[in-house]
Amino acid sequence: MLRIVERPLIKMLNKQLFLAGEVKMIRLITLIITILGVSIGSANADPKKVGFIYIGPPGDHGWTYMHDVGRQYMESQLGDAVTSTYIENVPENADAVRAIRKLAASGHDLIFTTSFNYMDQTLEVAKEFPDVKFEHATGYMRAPNVSTYSARFYEGRTISGHIAGKMTKSNIIGYIASFPIPEVVRGINAFYLAASKVNPDIQIKIIWAFTWYDPGKEADAANTLINQGADILVQHTDTFAPCQAAEKAGILAFGQASNQEEFCPNAHLTAIEDIWGPYYAQRAQAVVDGSWAEKDTWDGMAEGMVVMSPYNAKLMPTDLIQEAVAMEVAIKDGTLHPFTGPIYDQAGELRVAEGEVADDFMMATMDWYVKGIDGELPQ
Amino acid sequence: MSFDVLIGVIQIILVATTPLVFAAIGELVTEKTGVLNLGVEGMMLVGAVTAFVTLVITGSYTLAFLVSLLSGALMSGLFAYLVLILMSNQVATGLALTIFGIGLSSMIGKNYIGTPIQGLNPYFFVALSFIIVFLVSYFFYKTKLGLIFRAVGESHNSSHALGYSVIKVRLMGIIFGGCMCALAGSYMSICYAPMWQENMTAGRGWIALALVVFATWKPGRILVGAYIFGGVSILQMNLQAWGVNFPGQFFNMAPYLATMIVLIIISSNRLRIKLSAPASLTIPFFKGR
Amino acid sequence: MISFIPELEARGNPSTTMNFLVPVIAVTLTILTGSVIFAMMGFDPLYALHTFFISPISTSYGISELLVKATPLALIAVGLAFCFKNNLYNIGAEGQLTMGAVFGGGIGLLFYDTSGFWILPLMIIGGAVGGALWGLIPAVLKVRFNTNEILTSLMLVYIAILILDYLVVGPWKDPQGYSFPKTRKFGDSGRMPLLFSGLRVHFGIIITLIGVFASWFIFSKTMLGYQLKVSGYSPIASRYAGFNQNYLIYTAFIFSGAFAGIAGLGEVSGPIGLLYRDISPNYGFTAIIVAFLGRLHPIGIIFASLVIALTYLGAEDAQLFMQIPAAVGFVFQGLVLFYLLGTELLVNFKIVFRKNL
Repeated sequence: MLRIVERPLIKMLNKQLFLAGEVKMIRLITLIITILGVSIGSANADPKKVGFIYIGPPGDHGWTYMHDVGRQYMESQLGDAVTSTYIENVPENADAVRAIRKLAASGHDLIFTTSFNYMDQTLEVAKEFPDVKFEHATGYMRAPNVSTYSARFYEGRTISGHIAGKMTKSNIIGYIASFPIPEVVRGINAFYLAASKVNPDIQIKIIWAFTWYDPGKEADAANTLINQGADILVQHTDTFAPCQAAEKAGILAFGQASNQEEFCPNAHLTAIEDIWGPYYAQRAQAVVDGSWAEKDTWDGMAEGMVVMSPYNAKLMPTDLIQEAVAMEVAIKDGTLHPFTGPIYDQAGELRVAEGEVADDFMMATMDWYVKGIDGELPQ
Repeated sequence: MSFDVLIGVIQIILVATTPLVFAAIGELVTEKTGVLNLGVEGMMLVGAVTAFVTLVITGSYTLAFLVSLLSGALMSGLFAYLVLILMSNQVATGLALTIFGIGLSSMIGKNYIGTPIQGLNPYFFVALSFIIVFLVSYFFYKTKLGLIFRAVGESHNSSHALGYSVIKVRLMGIIFGGCMCALAGSYMSICYAPMWQENMTAGRGWIALALVVFATWKPGRILVGAYIFGGVSILQMNLQAWGVNFPGQFFNMAPYLATMIVLIIISSNRLRIKLSAPASLTIPFFKGR
Repeated sequence: MISFIPELEARGNPSTTMNFLVPVIAVTLTILTGSVIFAMMGFDPLYALHTFFISPISTSYGISELLVKATPLALIAVGLAFCFKNNLYNIGAEGQLTMGAVFGGGIGLLFYDTSGFWILPLMIIGGAVGGALWGLIPAVLKVRFNTNEILTSLMLVYIAILILDYLVVGPWKDPQGYSFPKTRKFGDSGRMPLLFSGLRVHFGIIITLIGVFASWFIFSKTMLGYQLKVSGYSPIASRYAGFNQNYLIYTAFIFSGAFAGIAGLGEVSGPIGLLYRDISPNYGFTAIIVAFLGRLHPIGIIFASLVIALTYLGAEDAQLFMQIPAAVGFVFQGLVLFYLLGTELLVNFKIVFRKNL
């Protein structure tokens, strides 16, 4: 290292005769400069380690895949300031404590746990490692070093609902749902409200697959719905099996979590994409700057956390695409709220008054269908 | 329910039940010779992933299925070696095969998760499943070799005394079972839900095991049992879509409860037992004894 | 050349040396195969082996995690030994541990807002009762209806999981839990106390050690143990000696189920403190491997549970530090069992090499 600095210097001064003492001086000076330079550089160059706990494999092209895309975005944005690692297929039970703790104990400064059922485990490890920052996806319990974050996917459902309402010919929409948790119910309700607004005759048929991830079962559910007359499929499960089934049957579908157009190019209208990257980059930067603080984030389209995939111009008429884009703008600037009153539940009770919007609490704990949806919510 | 919708439901049931039929008929042949192979789930997964990866790499469907069958033969061959030659405990070896198969399939398929492929028409395989069941039934009850198979399963010592090679017969039964399980898996990853996802068989291997018992080891009844199990599951979805509601869990329990009830009924009567389970099921055969 | 089909000669008595040696051989062969696999995948085999086997236990936390993971495995395996020694193939341990968690956890939920030192013992008893009852079902079916216990115990696993599912999603759902499929947390009295602060080793390990000791004691010092062993070696001799077969079947399954049930209760009341959908990563099935690897002997089972626990931990470390896929842990578990099962015959048989003339 010193030679690199020394040689040109010496060459430069080559013309004159050197005494041993002068060479030693030059060596000493270059040494001091090098040390100063390196120490100044390294004071800021210690990369922060960011860890991720994944529930599935990044290749699933669904939920975990989008988190991994977000992780890579964060790396690209922050460059040398961060390094990231992940552990995949972490089961949602006591084992998760060990995995999360492993990240915490191996020098990670920021850890993202990307599934609801990591909640208690995250909090436990956080108690033990107060200097490590934790971010728990879709949870609701926080601590001084645990933030929660989630995305307003239901905003995307509103847009899908509007499109579905206008594009369906059979007036039957097939919805493949996973588990009756608030997030899923919220999505169904938002979808239905938007769809029925433009098409009062519309009917949603819902099948609860009771799994996030079983391609065979999802395909069966999709085909069952198609067989019962659905001409547009919506899903809240994680594989692209329903989209494939739609393609095969020649009907339309919405992708889930990521742009799934490559799997069903002739059926894919659009998809609700989970864009975690900017949030991850933001939080990592906060750790780098030292400005990280506990908070709850529920961002949507306005903040870029929920994005609609490019509308399929081959399938959608131009004016509908324009309407969808306009809706996006309206949601982003707050003029359109997916749960604007009056909203009645199935029993006829008024849940949201006319002119008002549902608050975050109601949406976060939604365990009832809106009026107009047939069938009961499974217990 | 209109006729078209009914046809549609039947079609869905046919497609969904076929993997069960393949796996169960394969395991039935294995068990008929007196060997219990609990590794069905593992072999299905390995069959699924090898078919899928071969298809992605070579683009040839034929090659994909051939490689898949080969993988099934290899997996079950390993099981056969352990259980027949080294006389290891069948229950534990089968479990090891399942665990190993789950891990191996995940590792092989790691880089191929989410790769899109062009699926194949499932109806050929649906028909094939019926044909195979018919052939197996014919084999067991109308051919001499089939009789030998059954004899080995009922009493390996007597069969050995009669000069039949117990090891060879069991080997054939195990390999056939492995190939069928691999076929079930490859059907899933290429026709039924054309993709590879980890653990995509989601427990169907265990249902196939139950199915063999439910069918009291008779090939024809495999079809009956499989379509009852599969049909119930699809019907439940249809009812949901029509807005009818009931607790899903108890419905999902039905195949297992039904199998237990059948087990109890057939085992309780001494005579019935003799007519049902192969008597030497799980008992290892040692020539010297 | 060594033929792949070995010529076997029965030993007069099972070789005790081989009994100890066989698991060692199996583990060694697994490590060798593992390094070949790692090398084929393009990883440095020595570093991979180090990451897999050494690095997880190189810290005190790592050792405590090993114990946390091994504890339920050892407890269930020791219980399974009661059945396996008697040639009863109880593969329903997963279901028995689930029902143990349900019964014990149910008690915990009942008293979630009370405190008292008696709550935890009651929950443990509940766990034992739940598991034992669930284990009795295949036993009764075998005795009364001669039904094959392999299949009944297996079916009951899925039924148990669905029952837990139903409870957690329905009647036992936490009313303040935003409709998520989990129950309330147990009260503080319902949690397994930690043994050392900062480490996750909890009281469950004491219970496991008690269970191991009890099993050893029963097998080597009591008539019951003797009867179980004889019945396993030769049912005919056992009947001839007048041992009541049915009683032995019931007892074996009760012990087996109870141990598994307590382990299940430990899993929910230790680390997490509530009931949810997916409580066990297939411990019930893995414990079968542990039981076999430990040659059904309490000491062997302790070692075997540590080895298998290490494969879980190693798989995580391998993922974290080398991006080796998580599934490699299962591959190792399968391999170790294959090698064990393959070499097991050396206990009862000698390989004979005949010179070809």
